Amino acid sequence: MEFLYYFGDVFTPINFGLLLLGTIGGLILGATPGLSPTMAVALLIPFTFQLQAAQGLILLGAAYTSTVAGGAVSAILLKIPGAPANIATTLDGHTMAQKGEGAKALQISFLASAVGGIFGVLLLIFLTPVLAQWALAFGPSHLFWLAILGVTVIGSLDSKSVVKGLLSGCIGLWLATIGFDDIMGAQRFIFHPALGGGINIIAALIGLFAIPQVITMFAKGRKGDGAEVLKVQKHPISGAFRELFRNKRAMGIGTAVGSVIGLIPGVGGQIAGLVAYDQSKKFSPDRDKFGTGHPEGVIAAESANNAMVGPSLVPLLTLSIPGSPTAAVLLGGLLIHGIFPGTDLFDNHPDVAWTFINSMLIGQVLMCIFGLYVAGLAARVAQVPQSVMAAVVLGLAVFGSYSVQSSMGDVYVMAALGVMMYFLERFGFSAAPLVLGLILGPIAEANFIQGSMIANATDGLGPYFLGGTLNIFLIVVVIASIAYSGYMELRSRRYTSKEEIIA
Amino acid sequence: MSAPSLPRIQHMIGSGIVAAVGVWVTYISYTATPSEAFLFPRLIATVFVVLALWTFAKACLGWTKVGNGITPTQVKNLAPGLIIALIYIFWAAKGLGFYTATTIAFFILLSLYDPAPHGQLKSWLKRIAITAVFMVVMYGLFAKLLTVYTPREVFF
Repeated sequence: MEFLYYFGDVFTPINFGLLLLGTIGGLILGATPGLSPTMAVALLIPFTFQLQAAQGLILLGAAYTSTVAGGAVSAILLKIPGAPANIATTLDGHTMAQKGEGAKALQISFLASAVGGIFGVLLLIFLTPVLAQWALAFGPSHLFWLAILGVTVIGSLDSKSVVKGLLSGCIGLWLATIGFDDIMGAQRFIFHPALGGGINIIAALIGLFAIPQVITMFAKGRKGDGAEVLKVQKHPISGAFRELFRNKRAMGIGTAVGSVIGLIPGVGGQIAGLVAYDQSKKFSPDRDKFGTGHPEGVIAAESANNAMVGPSLVPLLTLSIPGSPTAAVLLGGLLIHGIFPGTDLFDNHPDVAWTFINSMLIGQVLMCIFGLYVAGLAARVAQVPQSVMAAVVLGLAVFGSYSVQSSMGDVYVMAALGVMMYFLERFGFSAAPLVLGLILGPIAEANFIQGSMIANATDGLGPYFLGGTLNIFLIVVVIASIAYSGYMELRSRRYTSKEEIIA
Repeated sequence: MSAPSLPRIQHMIGSGIVAAVGVWVTYISYTATPSEAFLFPRLIATVFVVLALWTFAKACLGWTKVGNGITPTQVKNLAPGLIIALIYIFWAAKGLGFYTATTIAFFILLSLYDPAPHGQLKSWLKRIAITAVFMVVMYGLFAKLLTVYTPREVFF
């Protein structure tokens, strides 16, 4: 119950102000199609440099939570999911809005998000300290395999092609080795002076997530979105509470599915929302009503995508392994303040850890309250033309990456990585494993070198890295995740081929 | 034998570049000194080059299933914006000064991609107003709030 001790810290004027700012800003950013939670959090990092660690994390955490929920606004009123996590919300939410139940859809979506989100953060609160203590048993070989696991799980589960996902991870791991070697001081792959100090994580994150989105907007040309905001009629909030209570099953399924999926590294909110929607439909006596503007669909999808937010931070805060691209960006936000997740965070900076986690709990409530009021404004912002969004994001990316170290080199790295990622994405590569490789590369290398030294003095490399129960378990999980994804990829192709033959 | 389709050629070029980088990384990792500094890069490079060559081989054989490539229309649409963005980042921001370059680049990009008609005075005034508001916000955020000293060079 250590978290209760730091609860008051969330309510200091600056902390609470930042929480409000992050929540309201996140709701508006989340409603904007094309601005994913990861990109929004990456663009916000430069604004946290001058803040204390806990304050910076409060801002980033609030933005993460509310961008996921804010995406429901454009999903319901414009039929454009604000983020991939809101795809399932569109199925029933927009139909409800078309039937004149837009306000009801928004209300139940924010209420379901808050319930799911609070459960997810409670899971984070109670699981994290236990796992952080367990992490003490990890030696260099285990941490090496954990870092590799983080890259391979996201590489295989987050990509449509297992090989390209793993290759993206390898590119990220290689990019992480650029610069001076920590032990020998040797130059590695420095083919431009801007790379002398290695690749700055924040500049890289901004480039990898923001620039491909900017180029994608350019690629659409001068056409408008043509999306029209549906009119919202007033609906009493008490009715939304009753609706939520009537659909306890969908709420429970969404929250449970989201929490479990959130704990699995690499499986994002999009999967959580769709799986919860599908399971809710299967267990519902009104399954025929799904897709026709049925509240159960909105409740299941929205409770799931917010329930996964808290658990997705468990691997990050305990084992330093970000479970999602947004968690990877949050790790970047921690590292700039010289704080390493895991036992260091809970032993040496408990105020930072618990203030941040508590703020996410309060943030869920604020998100629900403000979501209902900001929805109308957010829907208007969601109609901002792509041309404005592209230019704004480009400007923020350039200023943000420059402000990291006041270095033009970082701006060049940001732009080069961003353009490269756009083209790689067109050929089926994925940004998430590349980012994970870039972030986990130094952790993997440091533990590999440390482990090699221990191994040379003891049993040798093979027994040290491949022996022991925990090493074997981690290796089996790495192989199993790759094999499972490979199997699923082959199966989906077989189905696609069969459908093509039938068609 | 039919000629390879456009995406297939694109996949061959794309995966070919990745494979070439993989081969280069592997070569450097195994030949550069001191070898101790390249222990981890060697491990990565070995997996990297195997996966990259596999992907390249699949692209050459036309077995690539993932990734749509880029259509000529998309290239036509994105080219002006990308060129302006690259000139802005790699030359103008340092050469002209951050705020001047950002104002010019923002206004050009907005004008290039804004769906509003180019023949109306109202839409031009709107673009000028959006650019001005954006620059005021950026100046307030970065110069005043975060006190970031940006290159000022020829202008500002």
